[in-house]
Amino acid sequence: MHLMYFTEQPMSAYDEKAGLDFGATALMFSNKYFDPVAGSRLYNEYLEQYKLAEEVGFDGIMLNEHHNAPFCMQAKCNVFASILAAMTKRVKIVLLGNPLPLAEDPLRLAEELAMIDMVSKGRLVSGFVRGGGQEQLATGVNPAYNRERFEEAHEVIIKAWTETGPFRFEGTHYHHRVINPWAVPLQKPHPRVWIPGVLSKETIIWAAKVGYPYIALSTEIEATKKIWELYDKVAAENGHSGGPEFRGYLQRMHVAETEEKALANARQFMWMQGEFTGLAHPVWSSPSGYFSPAMRKAFVEYAVGRRSNPRGAAFEDQLKNQQIIAGTPKSVIPKLRRLLEETRPSIIGFWANDGFVSAQDTRTCIRLLGEEVLPAVREIGKELGLWSPFEANAPTSRAFPAPARPAGEV
Amino acid sequence: MADIVWTSETLPLASGPLQLRRSGSGTPLLILHHDIGTLERLPFYDALARTHTVLVPSHPGYDGSERPSWMRNVRDIAVIYQALIAETQLRDLTVVGLGFGGWIAAEMATMAPRGFRKLVLVGAMGLKPERADIADQALLSYIAYVRLGFADEAVFERYYGAHIPTERLEQLDLNREMTFRIAWKPYMYSPTLPHLLGDVATPTLVVWGREDRVVPLECGERYAKALRNATLEVIDGAGHYVEMEKPDVLVRLIKGA
Repeated sequence: MHLMYFTEQPMSAYDEKAGLDFGATALMFSNKYFDPVAGSRLYNEYLEQYKLAEEVGFDGIMLNEHHNAPFCMQAKCNVFASILAAMTKRVKIVLLGNPLPLAEDPLRLAEELAMIDMVSKGRLVSGFVRGGGQEQLATGVNPAYNRERFEEAHEVIIKAWTETGPFRFEGTHYHHRVINPWAVPLQKPHPRVWIPGVLSKETIIWAAKVGYPYIALSTEIEATKKIWELYDKVAAENGHSGGPEFRGYLQRMHVAETEEKALANARQFMWMQGEFTGLAHPVWSSPSGYFSPAMRKAFVEYAVGRRSNPRGAAFEDQLKNQQIIAGTPKSVIPKLRRLLEETRPSIIGFWANDGFVSAQDTRTCIRLLGEEVLPAVREIGKELGLWSPFEANAPTSRAFPAPARPAGEV
Repeated sequence: MADIVWTSETLPLASGPLQLRRSGSGTPLLILHHDIGTLERLPFYDALARTHTVLVPSHPGYDGSERPSWMRNVRDIAVIYQALIAETQLRDLTVVGLGFGGWIAAEMATMAPRGFRKLVLVGAMGLKPERADIADQALLSYIAYVRLGFADEAVFERYYGAHIPTERLEQLDLNREMTFRIAWKPYMYSPTLPHLLGDVATPTLVVWGREDRVVPLECGERYAKALRNATLEVIDGAGHYVEMEKPDVLVRLIKGA
């Protein structure tokens, strides 16, 4: 199993009432409410928490990025990845991930990621995402070409990593006169790529075709099973077997010394309300052309207020269906067993702290996870044969079947 | 208006099939619709069809027509309409462009500076305002954006009803997606168009709703100044959708111009 620590890095030190009054905490919610003094403190607290996560035994630290919203302070995951590359020694640095369509120059990303891989001595896992709906607006990128840009930027990056330069790339959205970066990844054939997602079938199908692990972001168990059904079916059609080493899951889970405290802190997962969108504004989170055409009806009705967020669910419901788990280490382990037995992932991200959970409770949670929960999960993983891509020496992708490894001892 | 009969056809242009509705007889009018598409029947269309041959194409990718996935630019649509004119051998043509369609009409005029009998630009997009911005539909719901174009709420409801059915919302979304595909950046204007307008010799009528909250009146003033042979008419009590709010006034202007 590969067990990762994750936090959205909430920017919780803003005037909550101002957000509620405005009716949305994304995109157009004024950054006059962003306090850089609190921001500086929080960034440094998060760094300390990542350090602790490595100390207590996590295998990886999962990072992400979002724009114009207090629910996530990372505006560029490569910045934290760079810091962690130098600051940590053992953990994988798992980016889930860089939003490819937002990049005007994917070659630049290829260079940054290669630098992170070299500085970390080959500990990079470079996931890629499409970026949330409103992030297309925050960065001025055309939502109508989101998926085309995703696939084409991916092509540029993989080529830059695996083919020797100089060469030229003429795509539909990206045009590079010269690709010849003087920074290439330490890992060969290239760093592993994992693809997180929550709703779009197209992304699952694409990941299965290319042969990258897919990381289901806090979906319900039944929905997760359907994801793996689809993934394995497409994988089989494309000549690989799928299975646990291609399956990841992000579990919202807070542990504390008492059930009451765990439950109170877990309620903070609702702080970001509409899943990816903070206090979501339906129009901004679903710009035309961004969502899957199959979901058009649901999203246009959502956008004019005729139905609730197709991604949203109440706290109690999420506890019941295990999208959120809260408790003492003892009480959460059987729930994790159920998750592992029913959906058989080998990669788990523990999204452990959100919203206004105090720094002290956060550290307690990380420590309890490391000392009591992770060892139990590893045992269950062994019993169920859930070997991570690293343990299973899984292929890097269909195109590059060799398992990713550093080119040499550093 | 029961006596006005409209027919639909699909023109198989090499660039893709073009959907077209047609009615009336007399000197031809080509009417180019807004970015939100168009309702199938408008009193405005019917009134013009009494004295003219009226052609209302659906822009490629709008209102149920096939999406040209290759298209990247509003000017591409202008080129397609030049092909339409050549194909249907329309002579002595007046082009009426509404809002986004006005931008297309202006592009067409720059390609054929003496090509039309008349050009009518109504609340046309295409030029960058200096004192304000063209309203950004990306930040507004489908309904809010349509509403914004009316000076009078009651008129909005008269045309669209109190409850817009989901099917129409889906079409508004598809139209918006197509608009994003060709006019996302820069949003709703062409930086090269102002430099090309000065050689257009076609007599032009620029019409603006005084309460246009989508495209600032300033753009109308700029069009009237940049075009060699243009006059500006500002209509009181109308917003962006002059053809829906003040159809009689606009019809009179088009016929008299």
